[in-house]
Amino acid sequence: MTQTGMRALFLEELTRVAPDIDPAEVSDTDHLQEDLELDSMDVLNLAAALHQRLGIDIPEADYAQIATVGSAVRYLSAAASAD
Amino acid sequence: MDDRKTGDEGPRTGEVSAAGGEGSRWAGTEKLVSGLSGGLNIAHEAADRHVAAGYGAQTAIRWLGKDGSRSELSYADLAALSSKFANLLRAHGLQRGDSVYSLIGRVPELYACALGTLKAGLVYTPLFAAFGPEPIRTRMEIGAARVLVTTAALYRRKIAPFRDQLPSLKLVLVAGGEAPEGCVALGPALERAGENFETVRTGAEDPALVHFTSGTTGKPKGVVHVHGAVVYHAYSGRIALGLEPGAVYWCTADPGWVTGTSYGIIAPLVNRVTMIVDEAEFDVERWYGIIGRERVEIWYSAPTAIRMMMRAGAEAAAPYDFSSLTFLASVGEPLNPEAVEWSRKVFPQPFHDNWWQSETGGIMIANLPGMAVKPGSMGKPLPGITAAILKQGNGGLAECGAGETGELALRPDWPSVMRGYLDEEERFRKCFAGGWYLSGDLATRDEEGYYWFVGRKDDLIKTSGHLIGPFEVESALIEHPAVAEAAVIGVPDETAGEIVKAYATLNPGFEPGEDLEREVRAHARKRLGAAVAPRAILFRNTLPKTRSGKIMRRLLKARELGLPEGDISTLESDET
Repeated sequence: MTQTGMRALFLEELTRVAPDIDPAEVSDTDHLQEDLELDSMDVLNLAAALHQRLGIDIPEADYAQIATVGSAVRYLSAAASAD
Repeated sequence: MDDRKTGDEGPRTGEVSAAGGEGSRWAGTEKLVSGLSGGLNIAHEAADRHVAAGYGAQTAIRWLGKDGSRSELSYADLAALSSKFANLLRAHGLQRGDSVYSLIGRVPELYACALGTLKAGLVYTPLFAAFGPEPIRTRMEIGAARVLVTTAALYRRKIAPFRDQLPSLKLVLVAGGEAPEGCVALGPALERAGENFETVRTGAEDPALVHFTSGTTGKPKGVVHVHGAVVYHAYSGRIALGLEPGAVYWCTADPGWVTGTSYGIIAPLVNRVTMIVDEAEFDVERWYGIIGRERVEIWYSAPTAIRMMMRAGAEAAAPYDFSSLTFLASVGEPLNPEAVEWSRKVFPQPFHDNWWQSETGGIMIANLPGMAVKPGSMGKPLPGITAAILKQGNGGLAECGAGETGELALRPDWPSVMRGYLDEEERFRKCFAGGWYLSGDLATRDEEGYYWFVGRKDDLIKTSGHLIGPFEVESALIEHPAVAEAAVIGVPDETAGEIVKAYATLNPGFEPGEDLEREVRAHARKRLGAAVAPRAILFRNTLPKTRSGKIMRRLLKARELGLPEGDISTLESDET
């Protein structure tokens, strides 16, 4: 999957967990918790949704790597191409 | 320098007794505070008296910034900073008794604000920064907020839209060097303020703190605590957490809830510990790293965080050094036995669960240091606290036998028991009966005197340690044009304890479906914030109601859990 495709998929799952977010206004540097106001349960639910959708397991210890939209998309792209 | 070896004005654990002596049963605890000639003031006990006793150079707060920065505030710094804040309040014409609210994360300004407010004789109220605008506004209205301390980002997002509708609000102080229009930048204002301030000689019964807590019905309640509560903060911190002068202590609680004040500011500072304050939110590796690097000895955390650590697995913990830890405690909701057993293997010592509420101001029941921990139990009442499990008998309240479930109650005679709910005398009186404070929690006591949490007597929801009132969530939901009626319950969740779930009926012209569910959830999140808004909404044609038209949340919950429906004699129209 391309980075663009992965970003679209990520935003889809993100806005399912947090529908108050307008995907058009999200920038890659946005921090999920600080800028987009997800709480830790949201992050957990998002990781579970991504796991279900992509089959990519995101261990808790890696949550720091999905802290911003850009870093999450990079993390997921790398994990997807490693499979 | 090891501060514990340089002479210590406070007695050690075991030397403080709450039970004995002539007069007040709390007489033995008063030596934990120094008092001010003719008064008692929390801020004096937390900072200035340590400076006067020669401990000004000791580190009070070791602050860890999100960005990896690290700075230290000594007790002398804290005394000076809080004096500056008090002078700033006075310069703006604020009066004793006025209310100062904080809506801010774990930053140094928070501590200056809390202690400076108390020093000046004003009343301090923390708010949860993850609240949406609606819960913030409601709480600021109830307490007639005069001052708000926040950040520019939070102000713009959550306060500015309704600022002009809050006539009580006189001053908004914003952390940092620059402030939005209508606000004052705290950085330069503090720099200019003088660092000498004579602490106001508040009396032990003068209001000091207001903590908001949710009710099942109606508005949130502002729980009033007085300066005299500091005696119990000091005592319970010493007895239940082992806070001794010089200890390195880390409380992970959010400053917006009562734990973040009682045990995130007051108890540790009064006991002259060195506090670790981490600005960042939970991150498992960051937390593990902090323990080893900062040599944390006493760690007070919460079940949701502990369960998240469990999810990360023992492997995530393996590379880290936990050898400094001497005591682990947990509060917020019952800590499940598996989490206790897990911590015994990993840290390797058990988390000690304890129990208390906004209304009690301090820890009431605990697995104390040195006590055998029963995994899943909240422990035993602290020495000096009289607790009971009560049921309704023929002649009024009666005590339950061992193993019997009833309402957890306390004799309201400890120094930090609430003195009232703001402007809600009737609701306050309803908390007391037969000489007991009734907690609203259902519990049992076993043969050995350990207490075990069973559930709430009312419909309040405990999620990630936060108490959420269904009414506040339902009110926000029905503001959406599609929603006719709503009922909100807590459903079990293995990480958060419970999560908020809503049932709603729709107005004519609206079709249930995934799009509408997301739209209504988006609406709720914007108003209430992520921590309070429902994680899921189910649409129904009708909701179960009593003859008087009251929605039966209890029935929805029983069905959700697959439990017996209990007494449904009052059910008039059922869910469809």
